[in-house]
Amino acid sequence: MEKISQSVVKKDHATKVSGRSVYVADYPSEGVLCGKMLHAKVARAKVLSVEVPELPEGYFYVDASDVPGDNNVNIVLDDTPVYCRETVEYIGEPIAMLCGPDEKVVEQLRDACKVEYEELEPVIDLRTATEAFFDYRFGHGDVDKAFAEADKVYDEEFETGYQEQAYLETQGMMAEPEEGGRMFVHGSVQCAYYVHGAVMRALGCGPTGVHILQDVTGGGFGGKEAFPSILGCQVAVAAHKCQKPVRCVFDRREDMEYTSKRHPSLCRYKVAVKDGRVTAMDIDVIFNAGAYSTLSAVVLQRGIIAAPGIYNVPNLRVHGSAMKTNTSPCGAYRGFGAPQTFFAVEMMMDHIARDLGVDSLAFKEAHLVKQGDPTSTCGKYHFPVPIPAMIDEVDRACDYRKKRALYAKPQTGRYRRGIGMSMYFHGAGFTGSGERDLIKAVAKLRKYKDGTVEILASNGEIGQGVRTTFPKIVANELNLPLDKVYYDHPDTARVPDSGPTVASRSLMVVGELLRRAAIKLREQWVDGEEQEVEEHFKEPDFMIPFYIDKFEGDAYPTYAWAVNAIEVEIDTYTGVGKILGAYGSFDVGTPIDYNVVMGQMEGGFLQGIGYASIEKMDYDAKGRIRNNSFSDYLIPTTKDVPNMQCMLHVEKYPDGPYGAKGAGELPLVGAPGAYVEAVEQALGGVTLNHAPFTAEDTLAVITKEAI
Amino acid sequence: MADIRFTLNGKEVAYGGSATDRLLEVLRNEYRCTSVKCGCKEGECGACSVLIDGTLLNSCCVAMGAVEGARVVTMEGFRETERFAALDKAFGELSAVQCGFCIPGMVLAAEALLSKNAHPTEDEIREGLSGNLCRCTGYNAIVNAVANAAKEGNGLW
Repeated sequence: MEKISQSVVKKDHATKVSGRSVYVADYPSEGVLCGKMLHAKVARAKVLSVEVPELPEGYFYVDASDVPGDNNVNIVLDDTPVYCRETVEYIGEPIAMLCGPDEKVVEQLRDACKVEYEELEPVIDLRTATEAFFDYRFGHGDVDKAFAEADKVYDEEFETGYQEQAYLETQGMMAEPEEGGRMFVHGSVQCAYYVHGAVMRALGCGPTGVHILQDVTGGGFGGKEAFPSILGCQVAVAAHKCQKPVRCVFDRREDMEYTSKRHPSLCRYKVAVKDGRVTAMDIDVIFNAGAYSTLSAVVLQRGIIAAPGIYNVPNLRVHGSAMKTNTSPCGAYRGFGAPQTFFAVEMMMDHIARDLGVDSLAFKEAHLVKQGDPTSTCGKYHFPVPIPAMIDEVDRACDYRKKRALYAKPQTGRYRRGIGMSMYFHGAGFTGSGERDLIKAVAKLRKYKDGTVEILASNGEIGQGVRTTFPKIVANELNLPLDKVYYDHPDTARVPDSGPTVASRSLMVVGELLRRAAIKLREQWVDGEEQEVEEHFKEPDFMIPFYIDKFEGDAYPTYAWAVNAIEVEIDTYTGVGKILGAYGSFDVGTPIDYNVVMGQMEGGFLQGIGYASIEKMDYDAKGRIRNNSFSDYLIPTTKDVPNMQCMLHVEKYPDGPYGAKGAGELPLVGAPGAYVEAVEQALGGVTLNHAPFTAEDTLAVITKEAI
Repeated sequence: MADIRFTLNGKEVAYGGSATDRLLEVLRNEYRCTSVKCGCKEGECGACSVLIDGTLLNSCCVAMGAVEGARVVTMEGFRETERFAALDKAFGELSAVQCGFCIPGMVLAAEALLSKNAHPTEDEIREGLSGNLCRCTGYNAIVNAVANAAKEGNGLW
């Protein structure tokens, strides 16, 4: 193992394990007002009036009329209001915030508010939605000709549900007016500068009128990418009105029902096959965006770029749309649109193979992309594609090929087994030219007179280890002991904008900036002096420029790769699927810290298995999410997947620090394909088209097929 | 009503509030034991786990009346012990802590398990920690850390 990969005790270990870390809810309450949100109770309505009970002294009612700047939250577009406008567009939309010193009194006041609605017809069912927030098309080749000449045409629809991030710490933000009129906003966030931009706009102030600190953050997984911008604006407006610190921490049910989650999807795949090979795909991807557009544009982009999977498809037509419904706005979640389309394409390839009477794995292998091949957007796979070797690694770990053949034979008895495999990539960094044109990351190192070095960047530690891996990179280049280099939680008042903590980009993109900055500092190093160096993002020169209007060019500079296999045993009496083993080979380049990377792989893989099997969330005919607690929305426990084996395959990326690529999102993406394929096999070769595939779903199939 | 008397991290305390108050909120607000985290407030996630007379309980589901005369231990107390040092070391060596929010409860769950079963099998560890949700790690590192602590801390439990 390379030196940089050797694990160290994480820098934030001691404070976290001993319970000393201060999360936003842990600051003392003295002098702080508690904020509680008044949420809309209907999916679509005009708000005619709000009857607010008489407020005791020191208690406040805060709504859109209190916004000193612009009542629109700056995300990708600006359609999300800080507090609702004349209408509410989903159950849970914030109408107002009640603030005051005593939490119980605030709750009583909030509950006593009477909202008069004029109800409007909501759009609840995604299939009947007509308003597209975003609509994209791209492709290449002659799809119609390929279909006309096909031996056989396949046409299937795949459906995936919500997935809730279920970070253990719920959303929470706090705003404190400072002397001189500056607003200090801090809390559980992934992207301090996103919150900064949003709060500036809501308060109508300049960049120095507000600063944002990331507190210790109890998990994000995408859920704290954009949502804290909204909550940050809401508490900042409240603190501005009350002229006191205001803190709003969501309870679990509020968080599950009303905050962003993974987009439900409907993907229709039409595939032309000639001489046993896929010659064309015509793909229609529909994402349920919810009531406001938030991050749906970029989630959809990533989803449709991945739509043909990791297979060569000579003729391709992709249409993607993110539809407005009157439900909670969806947003970022680890994988960012790709888990939905990878599930669909993996199942599609499996179904075609079965129909052709060939082995699913062999069929996929025959279509695999390799180095030098074009991507779905006519870019290029610039670097080796290590999937064949990774398939072998997984095969060796679980005897995949042998079991796949064995379980394909007719099974009898109560318990039946199946095994499935998925293969996929994750493109690290922002899609297209985002890093170059939008983010323009800047990172700094500040050396103090005593020789310690501080990293100045805006990427937040959310459990993924950047407070440890960033200093490891810098210490390595400066030949310093690790305790001489440190990285605190970012405060926008003192760190440059190195971009958000998203898109598996922190280590690969910002880590490389820090490595270069450290080299610069090493070359300029003068003992006993305070010194500062700065690095700016440069796009690798091999990239084929990406044009988002045409979806053409390199969407990503490089890709992390993975192969997953999942083996299940179905109890045909109960429908319960026991996972006998989950195996993953992951290529994220050089691990900057072996334990940190394995923690990402294992944690992400288990989230993916939850998404595939038990994490079911849906709304009723009124648009109300019913699975709003850990009793109704199950996430994996220690006992669900005791045999999970992750392996690292290292294909170095020359433009990442020491060969590292993006890691965070990859491990989640492929589990649904592998799991549902395994369930299909255990059930005797049925055709399944949705995820999660729960015990109830399995039981329904068993009943219907008389298995 | 008389004060509710109990032992908190080895110190005798008297709580003057209502017997129906939640232990979780009292620990956090009255005694500033902020290692006790609120993850769901309905007994599902284990982030607010504390030891009450050595038994692991979700403090969000315990009314203050129920702790009269009991010994309550939170991470604020447990972190001063040798057993904590063994668990701390094992968790640190395997990087078993990511976001950290579940960890005080998880470590107390490990303590509750090991104090009843000093040499648990992997299955027994998974059973012992099954009431504590972690969304970050996938649990392997945590389970292995508890196994290592049991081995390295031989004699402590």
